[in-house]
Amino acid sequence: MTNVMNYISTMAVPTVIGIIIIYGLIDKKNIFDIFVDGAGEGMSIVIKIFPTLLGIFLAIGALKSSGILEAITKNIAFITKLIGFPSEVVPLALLRPISGSGSLVVATEIMKTYGVDSKIGLIVSTIMGSTETTFYTIAVYTSSVGIKKIRFVLAAALIADLVGMITSAVIWNIIG
Amino acid sequence: MLNKIWPFFIIISFIFAILSGNMEEFNNSLFTSCGEAVDLTITLFGTMCLWNGLMKIVQETSLIQRLSTLISPIMKFLFPKLRKEDKEYKEITINIIANLLGIGNAATPLGLKAMKTMQEKNPNKDTITDNMAMFIVLNTASLQLIPTTVIAVRMSLGSAEPSKIIVPIWIVTIIADIAGIIATKILSKKF
Repeated sequence: MTNVMNYISTMAVPTVIGIIIIYGLIDKKNIFDIFVDGAGEGMSIVIKIFPTLLGIFLAIGALKSSGILEAITKNIAFITKLIGFPSEVVPLALLRPISGSGSLVVATEIMKTYGVDSKIGLIVSTIMGSTETTFYTIAVYTSSVGIKKIRFVLAAALIADLVGMITSAVIWNIIG
Repeated sequence: MLNKIWPFFIIISFIFAILSGNMEEFNNSLFTSCGEAVDLTITLFGTMCLWNGLMKIVQETSLIQRLSTLISPIMKFLFPKLRKEDKEYKEITINIIANLLGIGNAATPLGLKAMKTMQEKNPNKDTITDNMAMFIVLNTASLQLIPTTVIAVRMSLGSAEPSKIIVPIWIVTIIADIAGIIATKILSKKF
């Protein structure tokens, strides 16, 4: 079972790239020119997010080095243990719905500290890949058309996030 | 939001460092943070460019149209009141596919267009409709097929199997999305 999953995981990226290239060939496009053009746009995106990442690294580094993050994590460990959720992952769970680059920085730090292929590292990776920046998305989509009453949307979105985070921990407790 | 959280994090850390005697570590972290930010940016640089290039090819081919027909049964379940001829139907479909493929910078403008079209038919301009709610919940849940950023970060940290997480991520994504969809269906009847 785990072997099959690993095999599919390894096949996923090459398959997607293969399909894209074959489709480009079928549609008779100059795919290399288009690829280079798109890759160039990617450069400006990375340069644009650098200042944000720098600011977030500064704040997260401050929280970590001052010892406050460790103190908080230790104090809530007993609650998270109850549901089998590792307390080391809690800082990520709290930041994930609020800030995309912030959670990326925290995820990187956690993986660095506990090992990228450790159970905690795998749970962190799974949370990052299966959830989104909920608050930001709701704000952008509703404010763009001037909607003020969002009814139950935040609750429903946070339910999805919570289920995703708990399932991320559960799945690695089963297969890990 | 970061305008409030960012200074708050730094100030409480400063105060906590004074109280706990971790001032030296705190001071050092201010300098090492800069190097770490550069490291992560360099890690993301290659991957971002690669996928942007590939996704540009996707946008220029008929792949998106082909995938639209594949997801029409799901669309019918999620948005029962929408008809295929509706303008927002097509916009929502393309937004979902762009999200699936991880073309974030294409998905958002398309999504905003869909919101605008739905808003034109909305009788209460300041209140969200059921269709809008479902659409936004889908966008706050992840739909991405290949978690490129996570794989890039894992690779840079020396993972032996950087893409090992793909299938688990699919399973978790499906479960989380179903939870969001069910919550939306139930809550939209009550609130």
